[in-house]
Parts: sequence; structure tokens; C-alpha cells
Amino acid sequence: MQIYINEQPHTCEAAIHLHELRDQHKPDADVLIVNGFPAATDQELKDGDRVTLIRRGEQPTAQELEALMIARHTPGVHAKIKHSCVGIAGVGGLGSNIAIALARVGVGRLIIVDFDLVEPSNLNRQQYFIDQIGLPKVEALRDNLRRINPGVAVEIHQVKITPENLSELFGQVDVLVEAFDAADQKAMLANNFLRLPLSTPIVVASGMAGFEPSNSIVTRVAGERLYLVGDGVTAAGPGCGLMAPRVGIAAHHQANAVLRLLLGETPD
Amino acid sequence: MQLTINGQSRMVEAASTVADLLKYLQLETDRVVVELNREILSADSHCATRLQDGDSLELIQFVGGG
Repeated sequence: MQIYINEQPHTCEAAIHLHELRDQHKPDADVLIVNGFPAATDQELKDGDRVTLIRRGEQPTAQELEALMIARHTPGVHAKIKHSCVGIAGVGGLGSNIAIALARVGVGRLIIVDFDLVEPSNLNRQQYFIDQIGLPKVEALRDNLRRINPGVAVEIHQVKITPENLSELFGQVDVLVEAFDAADQKAMLANNFLRLPLSTPIVVASGMAGFEPSNSIVTRVAGERLYLVGDGVTAAGPGCGLMAPRVGIAAHHQANAVLRLLLGETPD
Repeated sequence: MQLTINGQSRMVEAASTVADLLKYLQLETDRVVVELNREILSADSHCATRLQDGDSLELIQFVGGG
């Protein structure tokens, strides 16, 4: 019969029990998981069972982690996106969430750009920790991404994005994500990037403040290489703050639009 | 004149340039992306770009938040 040990296929000649398998393959494992559930007692294994043997506190190597990710993602997806490069302009509420989603799914290279520092109020929706207050956002995010998936190459630039440096920063990416806060900066980035002699798509966001219904946030094609996420109208302002749930919804619309573009699918 | 704005046909008499149209529609020029007949217009050419009958425009307005 065939079973899977830590996502790798393994053929057993005879019937085998879980503890026997542990003793053969990873005697120091102290967490045993069978088909997604922790196994409290020994049990006979069946054909097709997926066994995960873990030593608590032990980190897999980058190669082991990659093998686990390949097995977990749809076949073919990992190979395509591993060689992709995505640019993220701004790593606040949108950008920090987008970067984490793309690192978890295994995008090979991220270029993250932001001039800002982590402030206490950012913790209401941005993917930073209380001990990172005062650090440059790009440095804090790089550290967080490394803790999630050290196999992702993260290039950081702590600069303000302008029409002049746009091409140098993002000229080589496969997809660019606009993840700014201010409306005029969003328009500046889209206007200038769309006028560069490139075919690179850009995924922008407009309208995700407050606690309006989740389903009012949509992804749509807005131009030949322009994809727009958001409800289009709900601006951040007094009485309508930016909050984790809805900003997260928009961020993950953007991240999924990026993933679909990298896989050759249309985002809407 | 007859314009197609974001896929919808509209009669607009009060605008001869892109800047006039943005003002008429109450859109702020530094917060929009304007695509005229599938070409992105630079923000500094809104005043100088004259509209013609039958033009097709995509107007994407950004609001703050992220």
C-alpha cells in the first residue's frame, strides 16, 4: 500500500502501525498527525493515509519546506509562480497583507517599496507586531516574510515612489500592485506606470474603508493591463476608518488577481 | 456631443476638453486615470485634449484608503 509521510509518497510492503512508522522514519517526532488530525493513540495505517511526523520546535530546512509547499499546492502552480517577480508599491494595510499571501503561496521574488515607519495605529490592520514599532516597514515586513517562508527572495527599498524612479524600481516585475493609502498617490502610480512602454499588468485598489458589506468589494478589468479592486466609493475619512476585515478583503482580492495573472488567467 | 463613458453612452454639451468633462462630472483631476479611446492620458494634458463626438472614455476615480 502507498501512504504519504510529510507529503512524500512512501510504499509499505506490509500493514504498519503509526508508532512503528514513526520509529522507522523519525523516532524523535513528538507530534503525529494522520490525515490532518493529531493522533492521540497508535493506529493501523490504511492505503492513502497522509502522515505528518513533527518534532516540536524543529524548523524544516528551506528545501524541506519547499517540498511540503509543492505537495500542498495544486500541481503546476508552484513551478510557475516560483519563477515570478511581483512588485508591491506601499506596504501598509493592503501591501503587508498582499505580501504575506504571496509569500505563503510561494511567489519566488517580491520587490517591496515604502518610505514609512511602523506606527502604533498601523497595528489595527497592518501585518506588523508591537515590537516592530519605529522600524522601517520594509525591514519589518522582510523579517516577517522570512519567518513565514525563507525561500522567498525579498528586495526592499525604503524610498518614496515617484514618476522618476518607477521604471527603475518596477521595470522588471511580472505584475505590479498599487497598495498606497492616498488617492492622489494611487492615481500618480497608475497614470505613470500605464504610460511606461511595458506590457506589465497593474492591480490597483480604490474603496475599502469602513464596515460596508464584504460583497461590495469586487475585482474588475478597467483597462488593457489595469485591474481594479474595491467598492470604488468608500473613502477613508473621519467617521469611516480603515479596518482590518475590509482592508484584508481588498488586499486578498488583489493578491488573488496577481496569482491569476501569473497563472495566465483573467482576474475578474 | 455623444460620448461613451465607462461603457455607457451619454450626451454631454458642457465640455469641450477632458478637463471640462472631469469638472462637469465633479471628478478631481489628480485622483483619476483617464483612458481616451484606449490611450492613457497624462494628467498634464487634460486641459489641452479636446473631445470629439463619438469618443470613448474610461474614467477611473481613486478614493483614499489602503
